[in-house]
Amino acid sequence: MLDYDQILAVTPYSLVKEKKAGFLLGIMQHLTAHHYAKCPEYRKLLDAFGKSPEKIKSMVDVPFLPVRLFKAHALRSVEKDEIIRTMTSSGTSGTAVSKIFLDRKTSANQTKALARIAVYSIGKARLPLIILDTSAVLKDRKMFSARGAGILGFSMFGRDKIYALDEDMNLDIKGIEKFLETHANENILLFGFTFMIWQHFYELLKKHKFHPDLSQGVMIHGGGWKKLADKAVSAEKFNQALNRVCGIARVYEYYGMVEQTGTIYMACDTGHLHASVYSDIIIRRHDDFSPAEYGEKGIIQTLSALPFSYPGHSLLTEDEGVVLGEDDCPCGRKGKYFKVLGRIKKAEIRGCSDA
Amino acid sequence: MPRQANFPQVNFLVKGDADPGQMPGFKPFPIFHPAMTGFLSDLSKVLRNDKEAGQYPDVVTFAFFCRSANLAALEKPYASLKKSCVGRGVTFHIAPSNVPVNFAYSLAVGLLSGNACIVRLSEKQFPQVDIICKAIQGVLHRKVHAGIRDYLAIVRYAHSDEINACFSRICDTRIIWGGDNTIARIRRAPLPPRAFDVTFADRYSMGVIDAEAYLALDDKYGVAVGFFNDTYLFDQNACTSPRLLVWIGCEETVEKAKAVFWGAVDRVLADKGYSNEPITVVDKLSAVCSAVLCLADIKVENSRKNTVMRVKLNRLDSALSDHACGGGLFYEYADTSLDALMKIISRKYQTLTYIGFDPGALRDAVIENGVTGIDRIVPFGRASDFSLIWDGYDLIRQLSRMVDAQ
Repeated sequence: MLDYDQILAVTPYSLVKEKKAGFLLGIMQHLTAHHYAKCPEYRKLLDAFGKSPEKIKSMVDVPFLPVRLFKAHALRSVEKDEIIRTMTSSGTSGTAVSKIFLDRKTSANQTKALARIAVYSIGKARLPLIILDTSAVLKDRKMFSARGAGILGFSMFGRDKIYALDEDMNLDIKGIEKFLETHANENILLFGFTFMIWQHFYELLKKHKFHPDLSQGVMIHGGGWKKLADKAVSAEKFNQALNRVCGIARVYEYYGMVEQTGTIYMACDTGHLHASVYSDIIIRRHDDFSPAEYGEKGIIQTLSALPFSYPGHSLLTEDEGVVLGEDDCPCGRKGKYFKVLGRIKKAEIRGCSDA
Repeated sequence: MPRQANFPQVNFLVKGDADPGQMPGFKPFPIFHPAMTGFLSDLSKVLRNDKEAGQYPDVVTFAFFCRSANLAALEKPYASLKKSCVGRGVTFHIAPSNVPVNFAYSLAVGLLSGNACIVRLSEKQFPQVDIICKAIQGVLHRKVHAGIRDYLAIVRYAHSDEINACFSRICDTRIIWGGDNTIARIRRAPLPPRAFDVTFADRYSMGVIDAEAYLALDDKYGVAVGFFNDTYLFDQNACTSPRLLVWIGCEETVEKAKAVFWGAVDRVLADKGYSNEPITVVDKLSAVCSAVLCLADIKVENSRKNTVMRVKLNRLDSALSDHACGGGLFYEYADTSLDALMKIISRKYQTLTYIGFDPGALRDAVIENGVTGIDRIVPFGRASDFSLIWDGYDLIRQLSRMVDAQ
């Protein structure tokens, strides 16, 4: 059995390359064998591809599933009655959403891992929290998804939580003013999704010429830049623009996906995304899936120690990225650090369908 | 009636002097009328002398198709019908967005059948489209072609039910390329009582190879080039592109033939510099995984490069066509006869490409087995060659009216 208490007791950014490889490889071998034994679909896949848990000799050998598979198939590695929660990705309307089945243990481990990782950006104290989203996210069951899960997950690091937007997506200026009055001279935590923050916080602050003083704030945001692509918003521009309108200086992006909730990749002060000891990333060349060199662009594969109730411990994402280095980020964190370049683009279809 | 004034969003790439709204009043021509063949062969000359056109193999192929010698060859089987068949009147063509030159073939068939033609192009821009339209406009405005000048309109507009309805209202035949979704969308626009649709739906195509006959061929590289043209040239997204390969022969011979065949395909892919977009690779992997979960008894072959992904089937399943994906994903099945293949053929199946078979015998098998699919049986390398018989339709007969005199 995997001892998750022991695994999660390891300090998140403490292991250098060789040590981490030994630590995570054992977990990956164990998880692959577990899913192979307990998830018939997973076994079918590995058999068809001629792969088996015994053949895993290093991290690059761990078989990966395309993340899209979770949209079309219900994949479970524990008994149905052990599932306490099903998480869904926030697919755009009309598209299929991923279904992730969580048992008590996996769900609890997600919370613990997230806490272990977030402490590096937020600190140990529970800070007054502004959710840069609408409270409607949690009320509308259809919207309870990656966004809802993210908000719930980060809510545990905060106290006296308020939502910056009302249910009609209007900026709650009065609420924010009152909140800042109550918590004057305190550190404040702000959490939201990159796109929501830009579209519904930054843009509205500008529009209303409302400039709250958030210089004491720490902002955590994730969810990617895809929806901002047409606005040409870079991380740098994002940070500068927010700094201009509300004085916030500490803005941290994270990368993660609902299929591997908990083991998020937080950015450090340098702006690099970091793999914790509980997870890892491998960049794959698209022409043969071989691992790319550091500095070489490719498709991101994410590996996480947590997925036990579903076979999502090794996934081929639909994002492109590049590993910038390992163990030597100026911030001092050990492990790989990387950059996400965005979603892989929809192909230009040649052929006679789709007029 | 669709007038430019009413529809400022309709952009005319080719237009005569009259408004397309007047087309129903025009006299239809008999099939293969010299007015039409003369126009097409002049167009062929212009395109063949156009340096820019020469850079695009698909434009060159179309120019060749319109040569007077080829038109004469196409006309031959219809010699006995020339006295009795005239155009139905007005054809309205909905061209696909992704095969640049397809609109030109559709138009040529409409003209050869004796119709006035309205062609709706997708909004996607292609240099090939511009080259051909420019040439058409030029030839059309020569004095000698004044008689058919108003018989052509090539238009482009954003998806609009309203404009579709206007052109549909005045046509006698509507030709819808572009697959199931396009057909559903265009069919929202009603047709006159006597008019009908000729539809080109989403189809599924496959190849059959006699392993021994293949191994006996001299030019394996040439076969692989032909296969490339059938598949990778359109990222395996053309409805004619084989997605399933059925190998016929004993196990040992089939394995040997497969190794030789895919080795040659690898060389051609390398020589052509073919590559997949990252998204295509992820699409293919996702499709393979889904197939593994939905179909029984599958093995994924190891491949050196992701440009060729191969799945070995130990039995044929009628759900196979649900797991197609472009960009070089092939399902392979080996057997000693075509019986298992015939059992899964549905209406969705279109082109059967072959090596080492007698096409007549294959056609007999289709008819004797009473299957509802397979409309085209063509040699390897010729899957996407346009012909007047397409998708089971004789296009000249479909677009013309037969006058019966007893």
